[in-house]
Amino acid sequence: MTYSEDWIERYSRHIILSEVGGDGQQKIGNAKVLVLGAGGLGSPVALYLAAAGVGTIGIADNDVVDLSNLQRQVLHHTPDIGRPKVESAAEKMRLINPDLDIKPYQQMVDSSNIMDIIKDYDIVVDGTDNFPTRFLVNDACYFAKKPLVHGAILRFDGQAFTIVPDEGPCYRCIFPEPPPAGSVPNCSQAGILGSVAGIIGTVQATEVLKLILGKGKTLTGRLLVVDTLDMSFRQTKIRKDPACPICGENPTVTELVDYEWVC
Amino acid sequence: MTEIKADDSLDLRGVLCPINFVKTKLKLEEMDAGSHLEVLLDDGDPIANVPQSVKEEGHQIMKVGKADGGHYRMLIKKA
Ligand SMILES: [Zn+2]
Repeated sequence: MTYSEDWIERYSRHIILSEVGGDGQQKIGNAKVLVLGAGGLGSPVALYLAAAGVGTIGIADNDVVDLSNLQRQVLHHTPDIGRPKVESAAEKMRLINPDLDIKPYQQMVDSSNIMDIIKDYDIVVDGTDNFPTRFLVNDACYFAKKPLVHGAILRFDGQAFTIVPDEGPCYRCIFPEPPPAGSVPNCSQAGILGSVAGIIGTVQATEVLKLILGKGKTLTGRLLVVDTLDMSFRQTKIRKDPACPICGENPTVTELVDYEWVC
Repeated sequence: MTEIKADDSLDLRGVLCPINFVKTKLKLEEMDAGSHLEVLLDDGDPIANVPQSVKEEGHQIMKVGKADGGHYRMLIKKA
């Protein structure tokens, strides 16, 4: 294998790591990762995966950049206001790393398109901000047997969790159904300390890289719960629930569901 | 003592840290276990750092010697 001088220099700090090396960096280059959402979580995920050299990165979002996004969505800059988020995201990722194949999807994932979008990817990252999509993504990744790295943020808190189908619990093993309408804050009214998105998003990006490399212990069966006011990082062991509606013994969810938006 | 013959060699004179180690590591990855790699390294930081990093990866440093041009010649046995 001959490597270009630029490749060696760009990834030298990865290659030095005994868990990565030239082989591991090639695995990263051959990996295909889909990032759902180009917002608070999707921003650090996309930036770090692009910088790491993940060869194919899909990014899906149907929003346009709004002034109120810029406090935490570090992919987007002030001149991007009004542009589709995926267009702004793709441009930034290509500027960091021109060698990558970036695939923008300017659409919301739903039950009609998600299976078709995720089929080309090795790993899916959930950076969406609402319960209907979170459950849809969990279910779709379970059906397609794709590893999924979940993340969520609210106020000063965040959580992350990695789902490897049939190897560990899924999102529904923790939360069987979406919360009833009105029981959670309206997404657009929920406060979020911007930097918390950076903490959880970089945890998600790190989980993706570990999954690609096959190194370390991922957050499979462990829910990481971060409270930044205390700056506490806690882990809760999660077991696969035999009564889980999708991955349990008698599944009741056997096809994708489009839940009602609660906000 | 019989002279060990290197199976491959790398001239890393003029190559700065840490790229000299990175190139050594990439070369070792494609070699067979037990084979020998000879590396030429500059005096100063390179000779101070590269042998240590190679050892930390589990390889064996068979020999380090100063060569005529003021640089160093290091022989590594791949783990
Ligand atoms: Zn489950």
